[in-house]
This record gives sequence, C-alpha cells and structure tokens, in this order.
Amino acid sequence: MNRFDYIRPVSVPEAIAAAAVPGSAYLAAGTNLLDLMKVGASRPERVINITRLPGLDRIEWLPDGGVRVGTLVRNSDLAYDERFAKTFPVVAEALLSGASAQLRNAATVGGNLMQRTRCAYFHDLAGACNRREPGSGCDALGGENRLQAVLGWSEHCIATHPSDFCVPLAALDAIVEVEGPHGGREIALDTLHRLPGATPEQETALLPGELIVALRLPAEASSFSRNARYIKLRERTSYAFAVVSAAAALEVEGGTIRKARIALGGVAAKPWRAREAEALLEGKQATAQAFAEAAELALAEARPSGDNAFKIELAHRIVTRALSLALEGTPQAMPALPASPFPALSGANHVI
Amino acid sequence: MKHSVVSLTINGAERQMLVAPGSTLIDVLRESQGLTGTRRGCEQGACGTCTVLVDGKTAMSCMLPVETIEGAHVETIEGLTPPQGLHPIQEAFLQGFATQCGFCTSGMIMVAAALLAKNPNPSREDVVRAISGNICRCTGYEAIIDAILDAAVRIRSAAHAEAA
Ligand SMILES: Cc1cc2nc3c(=O)[nH]c(=O)nc-3n(C[C@H](O)[C@H](O)[C@H](O)COP(=O)(O)OP(=O)(O)OC[C@H]3O[C@@H](n4cnc5c(N)ncnc54)[C@H](O)[C@@H]3O)c2cc1C
Ligand code: SF4
Ligand code: FES
Ligand code: FES
Repeated sequence: MNRFDYIRPVSVPEAIAAAAVPGSAYLAAGTNLLDLMKVGASRPERVINITRLPGLDRIEWLPDGGVRVGTLVRNSDLAYDERFAKTFPVVAEALLSGASAQLRNAATVGGNLMQRTRCAYFHDLAGACNRREPGSGCDALGGENRLQAVLGWSEHCIATHPSDFCVPLAALDAIVEVEGPHGGREIALDTLHRLPGATPEQETALLPGELIVALRLPAEASSFSRNARYIKLRERTSYAFAVVSAAAALEVEGGTIRKARIALGGVAAKPWRAREAEALLEGKQATAQAFAEAAELALAEARPSGDNAFKIELAHRIVTRALSLALEGTPQAMPALPASPFPALSGANHVI
Repeated sequence: MKHSVVSLTINGAERQMLVAPGSTLIDVLRESQGLTGTRRGCEQGACGTCTVLVDGKTAMSCMLPVETIEGAHVETIEGLTPPQGLHPIQEAFLQGFATQCGFCTSGMIMVAAALLAKNPNPSREDVVRAISGNICRCTGYEAIIDAILDAAVRIRSAAHAEAA
C-alpha cells in the first residue's frame, strides 16, 4: 500500500473541504477502496474517513411515501429494514444477492454505488488499463474478456459496473443527493455512472470533492411492490458477482401491464435501464410473447466486446425470466437464495 | 502519515492502540493483540476465514480499516472459547470431524455463533445460507453443516437444562 495521510473530518463541510485537495479519496467501509489500495490500483495520498460524519446513517420516510437513505446506512441494515423491504422488495433482493453477509454488514450505500469495476486488468498493475492509467491502452480488449460489457462499451474500455444494488435503483428512478465545494445537487442514479467513450477514467458524474450524502427513492416506485424481482445469474449460487442480472417491476391490472420498469446489470459500465422495452410493454397483455419481445428490444444494440456473445443470449433470457417472475408476484418472504433463477430452497430464513 | 489512537473492546476488555493509517482489524488482532486464532486467508474479502464479530455482526477483519470502527465491540474465536473446555460449537466441530486443515474453522465458528444467536433452531438451508460467505477447501462443507446443526442442539439442550 502507498503511504497516505488519514483525515477524520467531523462534519460534511469539513469532509468536502478536505477532499478538495487533489489526490484525496473518501473512505466508507473500505471493502472496495482498501482492496484496491492493497494491490496498488488505487493510490490516494489522502484518505478521508467519512464513517463518523453525523446524520448520514438514517433511513427517513418522506411525507409523500418516498424514502431517503443516508449514505452510511449499511447494505444489510437497509435490506433488513422491514418497511423498506416491503416497499421496495426488488432493491432488498438485489442487496442480499451481493457479496456475503460479512461484507454486506460493513458495506455502505454510497460505497456500493461508487464501487469500481472488477475488470481483472484494472486490478493488475502489470496490465495496460485506460481506466486506471489514461492512455495506456486496454488489455481486456484482446485478453480474457468473457465477462466484459456487451452494451455501451468503446474501444477504450469494455468493463462493466459490478453493483447489484444499482440495477433496481436505476429501474426505479432513484436520485442521488450530493454535497460538494459548490453546494448541493441531485443526480439521477441512471446518470451517475458514465459510459466509457474516449475517457473511461471519468467513471461517474461526481465532480472532484463531491460527496454522496443520501439516496432517494420516489413514492411512485412503491407502486411496483407486488410484482418486482431481481434475478442474477452468477458462476456459483452465492458470493459471486453477476454474469448478467435484471431487475423487473410491473404494475398489472387484470392481466394488462400499466407500467413496467426494466434494468440490466453486468452488461455495461453502468446499470442499464431499458426504457424502450418498458414502453413496449405498457398497455400490453402480460404474456410470455410480450416479455420475449421486450427482452429483444432491451438488447437490440448489444454486441460482443470479445468472447462474450453468450452474455447477450443470457441477458435476453434473464430479462424474460425476471419479467415472468415479477408477474408471478413478489415472494412473501425473501427467498433463501435471493435473486436466484433456481427455485428457492424450502424453509430457509435469510437472517445474517 | 500519522498514526492514530483507536479504542476497541476486544473480547470484553477495553483496549487502546496506536495504529498506522490503513491498518485493518486483522492486523491489530494478530500483530498488536497476539490474537492469532483469526486467520489471514485471501485478504480480499473473498474467503471468510478472517470473520470476527463486530458489535455482534459478522465482519471480515481483513477488509475493515480499524479507524472506521472506533469504539466497537469485537469478538474473536479466543473470546468465544470459555476459560475451561470448549464452546458447544467447538465441541460439535471437533466431534463431527468438521475441521481438517483447520484454516477455515475459526471463521466458520464465528459465523455459526452469529447465526445461532439469532436463530437457535436453524434449518439445514439456514446453515447453508449462513456459511455461504466462508470457503472451505477440505471438508466439502457437509461435516461443517452437520456440526453447526449439532451445536444448535447442544446449545438448546444446555439452555433447557439450565432452565429446569
Ligand atoms: C469478495 C467480494 C465480493 C463482492 N460481491 C459483490 C456482489 O456480488 N455484488 C455487489 O454489488 N457488490 C459486491 N461486492 C462489492 C461491495 O458491494 C462493495 O465493496 C461495497 O458495497 C463498497 O462499500 P464500502 O462502504 O465498503 O465502500 P468503500 O470501499 O469505502 O468505497 C468504495 C468507493 O466509493 C467511494 N465512496 C464511498 N462513499 C462515498 C460517498 N458517500 N460519496 C462519494 N464517494 C464515496 C470511495 O471513495 C471508494 O472509491 C463484493 C466485494 C467483495 C470484496
Ligand atoms: S476494460 Fe476498462 S477497466 Fe478493463 S483493462 Fe480495459 S480499460 Fe481497463
Ligand atoms: S482473509 Fe478476509 S475474507 Fe479472506
Ligand atoms: S478445513 Fe481446511 S479449509 Fe476448511
């Protein structure tokens, strides 16, 4: 690990002022930052511990039925908050499908949103990586790339964003509240992560020194609570990142789809909202045929970035499956294997 | 690069320590506190062998910057072990041959302790879920699952005997 100064601000303005100095990084639970610092892929000169900032660890219900979640709320505390899990079950399911219990107990909301790609070359200092070292090239392009992006990638970077949590958040129009050197602003979660283009090192819409203080889910997002699922295909049934995943949420009335929300994970450098596919479903009968057409449209622009054409077909199937499972209804209790496309284990409780 | 003073309650005892920036909980436990029962495995959050309890919840000690948990209560395998003899989970592991090389064992036992504290009567699937963040390269897991179920029985019957 490189040498760095460790700064422990006691207020949000103090944290932002500290982060204005170039070479600074915010530290939340550290489950991603520390990992990257250990291998040298991240080398901040100043690490700013935000875990002691007051008032950022609360889940607040808004008068209109929406919710505001402080950035320091732990992933597991959010997923197990009864009202939150009932109101936004697809978000809870995505959270519980990520990492392991030990990591979810530590990981924070903001840290999950801002986690970096798992592209192996990004982590390996011996490799060329435009995202880590602008202009150095991209070893993933001609390398081991079966898990890389199939949507929105460029010749400069083909990495994916690994978060499960962000996928339903993109589908449900979540908003990120940010404070920075020039005051506060709001960013739609859907525009928080950037596609690589020619500048893959610019990973998010946050400006230097900006701090995520909270995440908001609008009241309208709760109208999907009865028909919403997150489905994640991974190389082993737990403790693994998504190969591809999808969040699907429906509002159905007498067999007709009133509203649909679809987003995909593991396919691009951002959670991939499929608005055209949603529009196609609205007003239609909820049939397998309609779901297959929606999936087709969601992936119309997909193209392999290497040995990963199989991910397009998989994503197609996962979107179709997520939609049909959403139509079947949100399970009464959290499935023992959250987000698994396999039938649930019987009689298991998800408690730690 | 200034060191900072961090206070933690480790296995019931209050401790203050001087830590270098970036020190993880496992560094402190193994190096400055001499508590070597917690194992260092992958050091990337990917194996679970370094699991300890922080404020009663499972955590990977290799991924926790110690400065971020100032004031926390930490419990390790040493704290779980009674002064005389073994904890029922340890007994169950020993008698059920749930440990071979032993490298995953303290992490598995700490996860089992957290599970049984919340759910004293778990189903087999509950146990599978609970240990899904812990990797074992020797046993094939079955003996570990059996041992945790056996430990649950032992703890319940001990509680029963005490109540009677
Ligand atoms: C073995 C392993 C398996 C995993 N599996 C999964 C998985 O299956 N699915 C999944 O979704 N995730 C997975 N994760 C990733 C995990 O979810 C993230 O590491 C975690 O959410 C990061 O949260 P943190 O609080 O520890 O962030 P930190 O590591 O503290 O921070 C991460 C990044 O976010 C920045 N940051 C943190 N908070 C803020 C803020 N408020 N404002 C601005 N920037 C901020 C930091 O500067 C840093 O760059 C896995 C991780 C590991 C180690
Ligand atoms: S895909 Fe992106 S992150 Fe991976 S090596 Fe290429 S530039 Fe780096
Ligand atoms: S050593 Fe901590 S998870 Fe492997
Ligand atoms: S007993 Fe060897 S790793 Fe589990």
